[in-house]
Amino acid sequence: MTDMAPTSSSAKSWDSDETRANLKRRHRSEKRFRVLGLTAIFIALTLLAILIISIAGKGATAFIQTTISLDVTFAEQKIDPKGTRDQEVLRGASYGSLVREALRAEFPEVKSRKDLRVLFNLVSNGSPNKLRKMVMENPELIGQTVRVQFAASDDIDMFTKGYIPRDVPEDDRRVKDKEIAWYDQLAEKGMVETRFNSDFFTSGDSREPEIAGIWGAIVGSFYTLFITFMISFPVGVMSAIYLEEFAPKNKFTDIVEVNINNLAAVPSIVFGLLGLALFLNVAHLPRSAPVVGGLTLALMTLPTIIIAARASIRAIPDSIRDAALGLGASRQQMVFHHVLPLSMPGIMTGTIIGLSQALGETAPLLMIGMVAFIVDIPGGVTDPATVLPVQIFLWADSPERAFVEKTSGAIIVLLGFLVFMNAVAVMLRKKFERRW
Amino acid sequence: MSFSPLILILLAMCAFGYWYGTKKALVLSESRTVRVFSSRPHQYGMYVVVWGAVPPVILLVLWFVLSITPFGASETFTNLIHTILFPVAILLTGVIGVYFSLRSIDPELRVRKTLEGVVSGVLILASTISVFTTIGIVFSLLFETVQFFEKVPLSEFFLGLEWSPQTALRADQVGSSGAFGAIPLFAGTMLITLIAMIVAVPLGLMSAIYMTEYAGNKFRATVKPILEILAGIPTVVYGFFAALTVGVFFRDVGSVIGLDVVSESALAAGVVMGMMIIPFISSLSDDIIMAVPQSLRDGSYGLGATRSETVVKVILPAALPGIVGAILLAVSRAIGETMIVVMAAGFAANLTANPLEAVTTVTVQIVGLLVGDQEFDSAKTLAAFALAMVLFIITLILNVIALVVVRKYREKYD
Repeated sequence: MTDMAPTSSSAKSWDSDETRANLKRRHRSEKRFRVLGLTAIFIALTLLAILIISIAGKGATAFIQTTISLDVTFAEQKIDPKGTRDQEVLRGASYGSLVREALRAEFPEVKSRKDLRVLFNLVSNGSPNKLRKMVMENPELIGQTVRVQFAASDDIDMFTKGYIPRDVPEDDRRVKDKEIAWYDQLAEKGMVETRFNSDFFTSGDSREPEIAGIWGAIVGSFYTLFITFMISFPVGVMSAIYLEEFAPKNKFTDIVEVNINNLAAVPSIVFGLLGLALFLNVAHLPRSAPVVGGLTLALMTLPTIIIAARASIRAIPDSIRDAALGLGASRQQMVFHHVLPLSMPGIMTGTIIGLSQALGETAPLLMIGMVAFIVDIPGGVTDPATVLPVQIFLWADSPERAFVEKTSGAIIVLLGFLVFMNAVAVMLRKKFERRW
Repeated sequence: MSFSPLILILLAMCAFGYWYGTKKALVLSESRTVRVFSSRPHQYGMYVVVWGAVPPVILLVLWFVLSITPFGASETFTNLIHTILFPVAILLTGVIGVYFSLRSIDPELRVRKTLEGVVSGVLILASTISVFTTIGIVFSLLFETVQFFEKVPLSEFFLGLEWSPQTALRADQVGSSGAFGAIPLFAGTMLITLIAMIVAVPLGLMSAIYMTEYAGNKFRATVKPILEILAGIPTVVYGFFAALTVGVFFRDVGSVIGLDVVSESALAAGVVMGMMIIPFISSLSDDIIMAVPQSLRDGSYGLGATRSETVVKVILPAALPGIVGAILLAVSRAIGETMIVVMAAGFAANLTANPLEAVTTVTVQIVGLLVGDQEFDSAKTLAAFALAMVLFIITLILNVIALVVVRKYREKYD
C-alpha cells in the first residue's frame, strides 16, 4: 500500500486538478440523474393526485341534494273525485297539478303563463311521481295538507351549490333573476334545504339529473359480476389445477399455455365483439342483459384467474404432495384435499383482482348493448340492465351541467368499490399467505 | 319448454341418489366382516350422481345447441323435439342412470377409478375453454371480415385515405357509397399511441430505475403501491378525466399562448393514456432491472463507476431486450385501449400529424359503428369486424414478439 503513491506520478494524479474537476462533474451528473428519477416519480404521483382531486372536487356535491318544501293540499276532487280509493284511479290522477297548486299558493302574485311555467320548473319534474307514491302508500293523505320536501330542479340545485354564480350577467346564466328572487323568498322562509342525497343511492337512471341515481347500475354490476364469478372462478381454478398438476408435457399443453398468455393481452373490445357474435347473434341471448355481460367478462377474466391460480398452486412445496402420496392418497385426493385448500388464499386474491378489473370494464359491454337507457332496477340476470362504468360513460355524454356532478359522484362510488375489493384482496394475502 | 324446472328435477334426483348410494354402501360395509372396500361410502354416492347427471347434461347441451341452430325441419317437428322428445329423453336417461348405478353398488365395484376419470375429463374440458375462446374470437371476426372484403376491396381498406362509413338512407344521397379507407384511423391510432409512449416511457422507466437502484425499502414499499393505483383506475374514469379536465385545460392553455387547440385533441387523449400506462411500464421494467444479476453492478462499482454510470452503461444495456419487450406490451395495450379515446378523441376521421387537432382511432370507430341499431349485412357493421380483426392481429403480433424477447432475456440470466 505504501509504495502506491509515488508510482502514480507518471499517470494522472488522483488529486490533480483535472481529476478533481472530472470527479466533480461526474458527481454532478450523478445527482442530476437521481433528481431526474425522483422527478419522474413525483410527476406520476402528481398526475394521480390531480386526477383524484379533480374527480373528488367535482363529485363531492353529488351526495348533497337541494330540496324545496311546499305545503301540498291533497284535494280529494283532484285525486279521487268519486271517493272509490281504487288503485287505478289513484295511480292515474294528475299529481302535477297538485305540485303546481302548491307553488301557486306560495307565489300568488305570479300570473302570466310564461312566468308560471318558469315557476313550476323550480322543483324537479319527478315531483308528481313522488306524490303519487305517497298517496299510493297511504291513501289517508287525501284531503289533508302536508308539507312535502321536493327535490329542486337541476338548475336550482346547481345554483344552490354555487356552480351557477349570481354575479354573471343574466343572459349568461341558466337561472334568471326572477327565479333567483323566488328562490330567495323561499330560502327566507326556510323552505330551501340541502340534505344527504339518498335518491342518488336508491333510484335508477333518469333523464332528470336531480333524481337520477346509481342503484340500478349497482344492481346490474352485481348481477354481471355474479355471473362472471360463477363461470370464471370454477373454470379458471379447474384449468389451473389441470395445467399445474395433471397435464403431461406435450404439444396440447404448450398450446393451451401460450394461448392463455396471449388471451390475457387481447384488447377488451375484441371480447365485446366475441360476445356480440357468439352470445347475441348465435345463441340469441337477451340484449343488454347481465347474463351476456357476465359471460363476456368471464371469458375476459379467465386468463387473469388462471395465471394467478397457477402461481398460487406452484408455490405449494412438493413436500406436501409427497407426504400425501406417501400416505396412499391418489393424485386427485392429494390435489383436492391438500394442495387446493392450501393455495385457496392466493387463488381468492387473484380472483378478486380479476373481478375488480371486470367491475371497471366498459368497452366490451358497449358492444353487447348494455348502453341502453334503463330506468327500472333489474330484477334478475336476464332483465335489461346497465353497469356502473357504463352508467358513468352515459352520464359523461349527457349535456346537462348537473350530470357532470353525478358522473363524478358515480366515479367516486365505483372507485370506492374497487378500493374495497382490493383491500379485501390485500387483507386475504396478508392474513393467509404462508412462506414455505 | 324452459330449462329450469327440468334442472331442478335432475338436481333433486341426484341428491336422492347421493344420499341413497352412500347409505347403501355404508350398510354393505357394516354387514361384512372383512373391509375390502376400495372406495369410501360417499364416493359411491358421487358415483350415482355422476351417472344421474352426466348423460342428461350432455343431452341438455345438445338440446341447447339444437335450439339455436336453425335447421330445415317443419314447425311441428321442431316443436315436437323441443317440448316432448328432449325433456322426456333427459329425464329418462337421468332416472335410468340413477337406478342402474344404485343397483350396481357392490364392494367389488371400483368406483374411485370411474370418479377420477370423470373429474379428469372435467378438468381437461375446463382447460380447453380458453382455447375455444381464442378460436371463437378468430372465427367470429373472420366470418364478418370475409363478408366485408367481399363488398369492399382489400386495397381500398388498407390504402384508402378517406373514411366515412355512413350508410345511405337514399341511393342519391351525397356520400352514399361510403368510403372505407382505413389509413386515417391507423394514423390516428399511431399518433395517440406515440404521444402516450412519449409520456409513459420516460416517466415509467425513470421511476423504475429510481425505485430499484436508489430508493430505500421504505420508500419503495410506500410509493410502488401508490403508483400502481394508476393501473387499477377504470379506463372510463380516465376517459372522463381526459375529456373534461385535460382536454379543456389544453384548449385553455392553447388559447392563452395563441395556439388553436381543439378540446378533443389527440394530445389530451394521448397524455391521459400515457398516464394510464406509466405503472404498466414501470412495474414491468422494475422486474426486468431487478433480474439483472448483482454481480454486474458490483463489477461496475468496483471499477469506480457512479450509480448513474452503472445504470446507463451496464444495467440498461443488459436489460434492454426486456425493456423493449415491456414497451411493446405497452404499445399493444395503448392500441387496444378504447374508453379513453372514445370519450376524449374525435369521431371524425382526420388524416393529420398535428397533435393539437382531433383524430380518431380504430377502437373509436369500432364502438361508433356497433353501438346502436345494427343490420348484420351492411358494410358499415362489417367494417367494425374488419377493424377488430386488424386490431387483434396487430396486438397478437406485438405480444408474441414481446413474450419471445422477454423469455430469451430471462433465459440469459436465470
